[in-house]
Amino acid sequence: MFFFCMIIVQKKMKDVEISVPIVYGNAAFWLGKKASEYQSHKWTVYVRGATNEDLSVVVKRAVFQLHSSFNNPTRIVESAPFELTESGWGEFEIAITLFFHNYVCEKPLNLYHHLKLYPEDESGPMSTKKPVVVESYDEVVFTEPSESFLARVQNHPAVTFPRLPAGFTLPPPVPQDESKRKRGDTKDHPLSQWFLNFSEADELLQLAAARQQVQTHIAKLRRQISLTDGQNQPFKSL
Amino acid sequence: MDAKDILGLPKTPLSITQEKKSRPQKDSQRKPDGISREVYALTGGVAPLMPSIDVSQLKRRPPSDEKITWQWLPFTSSARKDNLQLYHWVRVVNGVPPTGDYSFAKYNKSVDVIRYTDEEYEKHLTDPKWTKEETDQLFDLCERFDLRFIIIADRFPTPRTVEELKDRYYSVSRTILVARAPSPGEVAGHPLVKEPYNVTQEIERKRALSMVLSQTKHQERKDAEVLAEAKRIAESRMAARAAEEPDLPIASDIGPESAERAVGPGDTISPSNVQVPAPAAAPSTSLRVYLRTYALEQMVQAASSSAGLRTIKRVEQTLQDLEVNLKPKVPTKAVCAEHLELRKEILTLLNLQKQLQYKEAEGSSFRDGSYGDMPGSAKRSQRAADQDRTFVLDTISFGVIPGDRGVKREQKRKGPGRASETSSSPAGAHKRPRKMKASDL
Repeated sequence: MFFFCMIIVQKKMKDVEISVPIVYGNAAFWLGKKASEYQSHKWTVYVRGATNEDLSVVVKRAVFQLHSSFNNPTRIVESAPFELTESGWGEFEIAITLFFHNYVCEKPLNLYHHLKLYPEDESGPMSTKKPVVVESYDEVVFTEPSESFLARVQNHPAVTFPRLPAGFTLPPPVPQDESKRKRGDTKDHPLSQWFLNFSEADELLQLAAARQQVQTHIAKLRRQISLTDGQNQPFKSL
Repeated sequence: MDAKDILGLPKTPLSITQEKKSRPQKDSQRKPDGISREVYALTGGVAPLMPSIDVSQLKRRPPSDEKITWQWLPFTSSARKDNLQLYHWVRVVNGVPPTGDYSFAKYNKSVDVIRYTDEEYEKHLTDPKWTKEETDQLFDLCERFDLRFIIIADRFPTPRTVEELKDRYYSVSRTILVARAPSPGEVAGHPLVKEPYNVTQEIERKRALSMVLSQTKHQERKDAEVLAEAKRIAESRMAARAAEEPDLPIASDIGPESAERAVGPGDTISPSNVQVPAPAAAPSTSLRVYLRTYALEQMVQAASSSAGLRTIKRVEQTLQDLEVNLKPKVPTKAVCAEHLELRKEILTLLNLQKQLQYKEAEGSSFRDGSYGDMPGSAKRSQRAADQDRTFVLDTISFGVIPGDRGVKREQKRKGPGRASETSSSPAGAHKRPRKMKASDL
C-alpha cells in the first residue's frame, strides 16, 4: 500500500505531459516527359511541425527506412527540415524513426507512412505541376518530462506546453545562438503551398454533434425501456 | 475347387482340431484361483503377466500367536467430571483388557482463564463502561467457551462487540497478572503482558480486511494494476533519482486517497525514498514517449474489450452513419478524448437497444400467452426484432442521409436471406416497423 502513497506524492509531476503536433507524409511529382520506366516520379517524404515550426528543438535526427531496392535504404537526416527526396516508380511503406535529444527522451519513436505516387482518381490526366500529397497528423506525447526538457521548450512554438502544477518554477532557459543555426522551420518550404491544413475545430464540431445525437437516442431508448418494463410488470408477477 | 484351396486356408476338419487344442490351454489361463469368477472379473478379468495382487494370498491371514477377542466393556474418561460409565467394544488380547485412560481424553484441553477475587476487582479492575456483573459473566463465558469470542459475543446477555469483549478480557487479565506478580520483571515475558490488546488497531484491521475481501474482481484487477504500475514507477524513480537535480520540490504530505486506503496506524510511510542522495550527473529524460493515435487505439480497444466482434462492427457502422472518421483526422488531445467518449456512448446505445429488444420480445410472448414454449418463439421473434431494430436505426435519421446511401444500406441488410420477414421491404423501412409476434412465424 505504501507504493500508492508514493504515487500521490509524485502526482504533481506525473500529470504533466508535453505534446508536439507533427505532420508526416509525402509529396510526389510525376516527371512527365522526363519520366523513365524506373524513375517515373520525384517524391519527398518528410516530417514537419504541424504549424510548420522547427522540430529540431525536440528531434535530434530522423531515419527514413526505404524499400530494399534503393541504394543505402537507410537514410539518416541529421537536421531540420527532416525530409528526404528520391525518385522512383513504386509505392511502399516507409518507416520513419525519430530520435530525440538527450534531455527529451532516450527512446526513439516509429512512424509508418505509405508512399503515394499515383492519384486516387486514376482516370484524370497526370500533371507534372500538381503533386500527389498525402499527409497524416499526429502528436508526439512525452510523459513525465524532465525539468531541463521543460526549460528548453518553454515558449517554443513547435511544442504544446502543458500547464504546470501550482508553485512549480522552471530554471531560466539557456539562451540559444540563433545566428549559427540553419532555419529548420518549413514555413517557406518549396512544398509548403501543397501542405494540408489540419484544424481540430471541424472535427470537434462533428464529434460534438454526433455525441449529441447519440445522447438523445439513448434518452429515448431509456424511456422506451421503462415503458416496456411497465407493460411487462403485470405478467412477471405470475 | 474349394474357395479355401484358392485362399490357401487349411481345410475345415483340420482347423477344428487345432481350435480344440488351443482352447484347453486358454481355459487353464482363464480359470481363477481362490476367488469366484465374478469377483475376478471385477479386478480386470484375465490375469496380467505380472499379477499385482498375489491371488493365492488374498484369503489367508497372517498367523498370529495371540488370542484376540472383542468384548463389550465399560470405560470411564478422565476428561469427564461426572463418573459417567459408558460401554464400547474393546480388543482383548489373551484375556487381558487394555489399560490406561480413554484414548481421547488427552485432547480435552482448555484455556487457563485467570479468575480474580472480589477484592482484586475492587482494587484494580473497576471500569466506567463495565459493571462487575458483566465482567463476571464475561469471564464465565470465556472459561466455558475457551476464549472463543465469537460464541461468547453471541451469548453475552447485553450487546457488546467482539472487540469490546476482547478488550475487557485482555486488559483485566493483564492487570491481574501484573498485580499478582511479585515484581514487574517476572511477568514481562508473559504474552498477555508483552503484547497488549489494541482495540482501535483491531477495529481498523478488521475493517480494512473486510474491504479487501468484499472487493469485486474488477476492483481487484484495478488494484493489482495500480500496484504494479506503482512498483514500476517507484523503481524507475529510484533509478532516475540517482541522476536528478537535488532541488526538485516534492511535498511529503499524503493525499486523501491514501488515507482511505490506510491499513492501520501500524504502517508507516518512509520518506527516505523521496530524498535525493547525490547531485546530478546527467539530466534525466522523459520516461515515456508515444504517439497519440497509438494511445487512442489502445484506449478504444480497452473500452470495447467486453464487446464481441459484431458489436464492434456495429459501433463502426454507427460512426460512419454519423459521418465521423473511424480514426480522427486531427487527433489532438481534445479530439481523442471526444472520440473515445463518443465510442463509449455508442456502446451504451447498442446495449440499450439490445435490452429493449429482449424486453419487447419478452412482452410479446407474455401477451400471446405462449409462455410455455417461450424459448423457441422468443428466439425467433427476437431475431425478427433484430431486423426491426436495424431499421429503427435508419428511421431515427442520424444527420443527413442522402437517398442513395440509404438504399445501398438496405440492400446490404437484406443479404442474410430472411425472405419470410414482412418488414424487409424498402418501403417498410420508413414506416415504424410493427412488433413481430410469435403468431406471425
